[in-house]
Amino acid sequence: MDKDKEKDQQPPHPEAGYSIGGASEQAGVTNGIQAKAPKQRGQWAEVWHRLKKNRMAMFGLTVIVIIILTAIFADVAAPYSYRTQNLRRIAESPSRDHWLGTDELGRDIFSRIIYGTRISLQVGFVAVSISVIAGGFLGAVSGYYGGKLDNIIMRLMDVLLAIPAILLAIAIVSAFGGGLVNVMIAVGISSIPIYARIVKASVISIKEQEFIEAARAVGAKDFRIIFKHVLPNAMAPIIVQGTIGVAIAILSAAGLSFIGLGIQPPTPEWGAMLSGGRMFIRTAPHIATFPGIAIMITIFALNLLGDGLRDALDPRLKQ
Amino acid sequence: MYRYIIRRLLLLIPVMLGVSFIVFSIMFFTPGDPAKIMLGERAPEAEVAALRTQMGLDDPFLVQFFNFVRNAVQGDFGRSLLTRRPVAEELFSRFPATIQLAATAVFIAVAIGIPVGIISAIRQYSFFDGAAMTLALVGVSMPNFWQGLMMILLFSVYLGWLPSSGIGTFWHLLMPAITLGTSSAALITRMTRSSMLEVIRQDYIRTARAKGLDERVVINRHALKNALIPVITVIGLQFGALLGGAVLTETVFAWPGVGRLMVDAIRQKDFPMVQAGVLLLAVAFSVVNLVVDILYAYIDPRIKAQYK
Repeated sequence: MDKDKEKDQQPPHPEAGYSIGGASEQAGVTNGIQAKAPKQRGQWAEVWHRLKKNRMAMFGLTVIVIIILTAIFADVAAPYSYRTQNLRRIAESPSRDHWLGTDELGRDIFSRIIYGTRISLQVGFVAVSISVIAGGFLGAVSGYYGGKLDNIIMRLMDVLLAIPAILLAIAIVSAFGGGLVNVMIAVGISSIPIYARIVKASVISIKEQEFIEAARAVGAKDFRIIFKHVLPNAMAPIIVQGTIGVAIAILSAAGLSFIGLGIQPPTPEWGAMLSGGRMFIRTAPHIATFPGIAIMITIFALNLLGDGLRDALDPRLKQ
Repeated sequence: MYRYIIRRLLLLIPVMLGVSFIVFSIMFFTPGDPAKIMLGERAPEAEVAALRTQMGLDDPFLVQFFNFVRNAVQGDFGRSLLTRRPVAEELFSRFPATIQLAATAVFIAVAIGIPVGIISAIRQYSFFDGAAMTLALVGVSMPNFWQGLMMILLFSVYLGWLPSSGIGTFWHLLMPAITLGTSSAALITRMTRSSMLEVIRQDYIRTARAKGLDERVVINRHALKNALIPVITVIGLQFGALLGGAVLTETVFAWPGVGRLMVDAIRQKDFPMVQAGVLLLAVAFSVVNLVVDILYAYIDPRIKAQYK
């Protein structure tokens, strides 16, 4: 797929994947790797350097930046309002006036897709933040303290994991109602166990290292050790999972809206738009087609970036 | 090994109790009065109140939960608020359709994912590899309900080859199963490729080649066996994910499975149906994962040894 990978076989920091961020000095001292590095770069600069060489990842990043800019400047970019109906021009095919046609209520689909970036990005990032913060906290506590607390937290996570994520999200939304905020919370909660497990695994491997012992020896409190020393070093897998998590969250939210339980009209959410167009699949297929393409492009870009980040953050995983 | 299986089966009990508790709590706090739903909006207040008492809806939360569990253990999940039929009966009559759909989807995903993943790994960086990996990424990026609609558009509306909804023949099954299986096929392809790439670089593969073995023998007998171990886990996890994903696919294709039943039940606030449905899918998911773990131990002697 990309030949650059081969050139980059010998990364200067074999341990970089697990020693990014705040505690880099300690990690460097522990394994003595910094001294051997041929080029001296910061840990994050190193990751960025590797990521830059991955053409597919940079393509994904570019697309995401464009989508973010679209969301920010939606008012300028969209030719029409997302809610102005024109009942004289319903379900029209793409034309010069309406680049992607109009929907079942005569609204401009192109404008609605542009405004939809705001909704999908919000859902994606907020939902993942919820799962990362809650899951990260539970995983860190569980991994750091072990014992009974660990047992209780992990059994709770097992229970949540036993319910297929989309089903859990559906149940939560059905109880508390649809709407943007509830969808974000529902999707966020349903992914907590994934992050709890990932963070726990990294915390366990980190907490035995000498720099943690050193921090403890100088009298640092547990809270400080977890947040200042352990978690920054557990960031790599969280970032990778988080990037892909944004994609999954956007898909789940769209799925909820598709079955009518998620974000409600007239909010221009892509899944809800698709759901509205479903009835017209035989007569006006463009209504359902374009929002789906918008979702696909966004998810595709996020996945490319996620793959690239995984390779860049943990070079040992790379073939 | 048997002790391991029994221990795992016993561990399912608290997990299912937990699942019941979560689902029961969610439904408990969902606005809507089951008695009113049963009798209709215009029923007299006194009648509703009487039914509430009769159904035990005025009991404290924990009492209600305890009663739910006690009945559930005996196979009684209550009656649907709308059809008045026992929930378990309705769910089990729909379950085979969901299993059929999910199993076919897994079959398609495996039949595509494993061979493509292996070829991609053997010919790393070839055109085939590039195309397969790009397609795989497209496969995980498509919302499956949208893919379903697009397939209906192409194969039912334009070409008229396949029925757009319903159940009955193999042709009815094809589109929903492909729709549901696409993202799993993509994930299995990616997993097989990376696992295979890792194995191919091992010393014992070099040894096998150095012995002068035919490349096909090296791949089939030596590499594949070890490369497929992690793939099996992914397949198991996918099967579980598909049970959940079926909710959307079944809605698109009007497939009469548990997923669609659940969506309708949620819309109509048919609480007993939702509770039992989530529980059923969670049990199915956990059992599949258990079977995968056991298979895993059978295939990999290193794991088996741990449980002797």
